[in-house]
Amino acid sequence: MKMQAASVPSPPAERARALGVSVEANYQVGEYDILILSAKESDGLETWLKENGYKIPPGASRVLGIYLKQNMRFFVARVNLKEHSAGGFKGLRPLSIAYETPKFMLPIRLGMVNAKGPQELLIYTLTANGRVEPTNYRTVLLPTGDEIPVYVKEDFGKFYRAMFGEQVRREGMRCVFLEYAWDMGWCDPCAADPLTQAELTELGVSWLDEGMGGARRGPKSPGIWPVPPRPAPGGAPPVFVTRLHVRYDREHFPEDLVFQETGDRENFQGRYVIRHPWTGRGDCPGLAAYRSSLRERQEQEAQNLARLTGWAMTDIRRQVPLAAASDPDPKWWRRIWGDK
Amino acid sequence: MHSLRQHPLRQHLSDPRILQIAALTSILVYGVGWRGLDVEPVFIPVILSTALLTQWVGTRWSGLGRFDARSALISALSLCLLMRGQHAGWAVLAAVLAIGSKFSLRVQGKHIFNPTNFAIIFLLIATDHVWVSPGQWGSAPWVALLMAGAGTMVVTRAARADVTLAFLAAYATVLCGRALWLGQSWAIPMHQLQNGALVLFSFFMITDPKTTPNSRAGRILFAALVAAGAGTVAFILYRPNGLLWSLAAFSLLVPVIDRLLPGRQYVWGGVTQMRRPVAVEAQAGSPVPEGAMIMRQPGPVNRLSRETG
Repeated sequence: MKMQAASVPSPPAERARALGVSVEANYQVGEYDILILSAKESDGLETWLKENGYKIPPGASRVLGIYLKQNMRFFVARVNLKEHSAGGFKGLRPLSIAYETPKFMLPIRLGMVNAKGPQELLIYTLTANGRVEPTNYRTVLLPTGDEIPVYVKEDFGKFYRAMFGEQVRREGMRCVFLEYAWDMGWCDPCAADPLTQAELTELGVSWLDEGMGGARRGPKSPGIWPVPPRPAPGGAPPVFVTRLHVRYDREHFPEDLVFQETGDRENFQGRYVIRHPWTGRGDCPGLAAYRSSLRERQEQEAQNLARLTGWAMTDIRRQVPLAAASDPDPKWWRRIWGDK
Repeated sequence: MHSLRQHPLRQHLSDPRILQIAALTSILVYGVGWRGLDVEPVFIPVILSTALLTQWVGTRWSGLGRFDARSALISALSLCLLMRGQHAGWAVLAAVLAIGSKFSLRVQGKHIFNPTNFAIIFLLIATDHVWVSPGQWGSAPWVALLMAGAGTMVVTRAARADVTLAFLAAYATVLCGRALWLGQSWAIPMHQLQNGALVLFSFFMITDPKTTPNSRAGRILFAALVAAGAGTVAFILYRPNGLLWSLAAFSLLVPVIDRLLPGRQYVWGGVTQMRRPVAVEAQAGSPVPEGAMIMRQPGPVNRLSRETG
């Protein structure tokens, strides 16, 4: 839904001026009251915010000062409960902000001032040229392509959270994870329909009207020479999607995230393969061999799951049915160390 | 029979490039094997073979001494570590540009740009299909220490520790000065200094003896300028790869610095490489047999540098 911004009267301007705070813009957008602020001093900004009913954590003044010296503005949104209930919305709708800046970065330090424990952040970027990556932190690809036990399907979310947590632990919480990188002009097969032009425009893709549609490159060529450009199926838009996932805290991520757009158009996604075993009965001559290979496969799947998530093998084996449990020749050492 | 002093192996080991090749190879193997460095496997043989071929063709074409693989290998390994491209065609072009620049872009008997730096900056300007990933090494301190240790050995042998130390001191001043002005915690400049890419640059790229000023004072000035330029690119222009852009820009100033602050031109391997030196009197620009020495009055004896490394 397109929200219309309406200018509303500004809060007392004299007091703001006395504190060195400038209200650059003032909007009421749907259920939000929005201010865009600049200030000369962080103390003045902190005082102004507190006087105007904004709750800011202790210690924020120092971080505010760092951003002020870099000529950054503050976007302050307050939920207007009257408008919220009048609109009949159950939740809060996402905010969309458009601005021009040479700084391709994401300020994360203000949010860490009063954070209790690590923060979680998902970053989606839509770009014309290729994958986006941080320049001041390491990017690591999530493990992908591993076969895992069928039972994971019942609670995939639990698996994914555990897997992500384990990868963060292994990397010492010092990197940003690439979960997804995809050329929307190319997919085979497509996991979902590419976003429509209207959706992309709403998300801020501004180059669709600049004559960049039409011929697009395919995925990265594995050979020496490039694959020539070819038309995208169905006139898909020239957009590259990157999804980055980071878990961070002050100790491990002291700096704001700074990004760059690369020329990398290679597709990547963290994916996990679940293969359903054949469970029927019969006297087919290949059945014994299949069951034997199945047992090995399930063992490997269980080990993959343990490696990805850090879960104990004993717990995993308890949930992996049949083949592994009916192993006619269980290794004796498993009993000694409790299957670890 | 060779005495120990004259043994060919010893002569080879006295050339810091051998140690540099070993260090860069180790870092590449470690990066690909243990740090998940995003290097397309096909790039490595493509870059190495193209660089060597270009070096051979360039040597034949220019008549600048004998074919020597060592410098070309260093440039090629640095390209493998730094340059990323959409396909291997860019790797071929990068290797040709890097080595080709040594033969074609020369002033006062020295090539102007660090070959790897030139190729990367040229391609960053020319195309969107090539990029550098400055965050790829992360900031794990032990990685930085490992590379610093390997690099220290190289620069000590290359007698260019001054440029590394001057650059790191100047860049640390830029980062700490900015943190002080902004009121940031020291964790931020520390994090920026621990970047593995910075360590690689400081020990393996800016130290190139053939593209840094000849005098110590000149090198320290050069290092300070590169540090200031890198800070400008990162914090005023907000562009990535400030180190590479700054090095390329200030490399153009090296002939001027050499004129203002003259010094002795570096020769790979130093005088220990010479065999049966023949002293001849020569004027600048006159042809001299390979391996000959120029006698200057007054002053030290220099080997005529016609190398391309």
